Amino acid sequence: MKIFSEVGRYVLFMRYVVRRPERWYMFWQNLMREMNLIGVDSLVIVMLIAIFTGAVTTVQTASQLTSDTGVLPPSLFPMSVVGSVVGSSSILELAPTITCLVLAGKVGANIASEIGNQRISEQLDAYEVMGINSAGFVGLPKILAGVIMIPCLVVISNFLLIYGGLWAAKFTGALTADEYVSGVRSTFMPLYVQIMLVKATIFAFLITSLSVFQGFYTSGGALEVGEAGTKAVTKICVFILFFDLIIAKMFL
Amino acid sequence: MITLQNVNKFFGEKHVLQDINATFQPGICNLIIGASGGGKSVMVKCMVGLEEPTSGSILFGEQDFHRLEYEGKKELRKEIGMLFQGTALFDSLTVEQNVEFPLLMFGNMSKAERKERVAYCLNRVNLNHAYGKFPSEISGGMKKRVGIARAIALKIKYLFCDEPNSGLDPLTSRVIDQLLYEITKEYNITTIINSHDMKTVLDIGEHIVFVHQGQKWWEGSKEDMEDAKISNAELRAFIEASM
Repeated sequence: MKIFSEVGRYVLFMRYVVRRPERWYMFWQNLMREMNLIGVDSLVIVMLIAIFTGAVTTVQTASQLTSDTGVLPPSLFPMSVVGSVVGSSSILELAPTITCLVLAGKVGANIASEIGNQRISEQLDAYEVMGINSAGFVGLPKILAGVIMIPCLVVISNFLLIYGGLWAAKFTGALTADEYVSGVRSTFMPLYVQIMLVKATIFAFLITSLSVFQGFYTSGGALEVGEAGTKAVTKICVFILFFDLIIAKMFL
Repeated sequence: MITLQNVNKFFGEKHVLQDINATFQPGICNLIIGASGGGKSVMVKCMVGLEEPTSGSILFGEQDFHRLEYEGKKELRKEIGMLFQGTALFDSLTVEQNVEFPLLMFGNMSKAERKERVAYCLNRVNLNHAYGKFPSEISGGMKKRVGIARAIALKIKYLFCDEPNSGLDPLTSRVIDQLLYEITKEYNITTIINSHDMKTVLDIGEHIVFVHQGQKWWEGSKEDMEDAKISNAELRAFIEASM
């Protein structure tokens, strides 16, 4: 029963979040700040993870395909298959899912703790007493900034994943750059990009809205603020993987 | 004027406020006193709309706050200022930005007018030297003064103060009390102070409501309190314990 009351509370909360802002000028300022925090400040970690994940995926795929212990002999596979596997899995799975799981830890925990701290220090009450819709004031800029910036990060991540694979192919000598590129291009489908963007947008909404919700209903002290961050990340990860499956089943 | 009519508040099975009736007049310092856990804070939270009373009415003039529509509540709240127990200053904003915040949200002032109003409010609470400081860089007493400056930035009609002296030394407490008293008189606002500090009662209390175990046990002026404590054992016990 608790899960139903939580879902109900989340839906009611979102109704308050999406109300018209009291002052567009303040909303715009907050939105810009959040876009910077969520997008620009996450760029380095997303880039690093993408390059190394792409590189590792290429090396491991090449290793498995050239291994004599496989089901089929290596001579049956052209090495461009490595590029196909890395390219398709990057677009469909690695870029949106891995990036968003990383952002769940970085952005989600940060948002939940920030709002949780505002809750326990009565700052949210201060907004309410002033006549400001506190849920919308703190929540809407974060959610909108996430929905705008996280898909951008996923697109960047996707390019770097494929580039990381190319870099690994060249420097480890597992396969040639031409084989890798022709493999990536041979299985590329525009539908995969659409799926990636749908996943990124839905995951972005989950990351920001669940963390805002978790932070908003924090009660207690410093310990509970920390717990709010942890709970938010746990819930986001579960929901990302759940929706990943649903989207994959719907589109493929 | 604020009037409470048969206000009840339950938290689950717990009856936290029991049939509270009280009137708070403008231009004077109204004090809600009582021991911790007696329901004072819940009463103030119901009045400012942070809690919904289970039954009863809270009238601001003629308007029943909890029966107003969302937009009506929002409008009324612009006339309410509150000084929180923990000050509730926005910790990522400087002192100046904290005071400017309500003006940015609701005022239609130019930048120069806003700056002038902020300067006036900070000057009113004797904080001319703290413009660029963050809340974490100033003392408890200064935070309270910034809270008061932020509360009066807009032209408010009602000022609520939840334990304004908590965590302050006796000297600073008197400064804050005096400031609240002066502001009440200057702007002719309805000030409601929730306190268990008897010094505050004796210094600035003009109309006092004694709340004990969720019930209003006594209401009257400071002068009447001496007589009342003879017949009211709970009030007497509270006063003697607080002195």
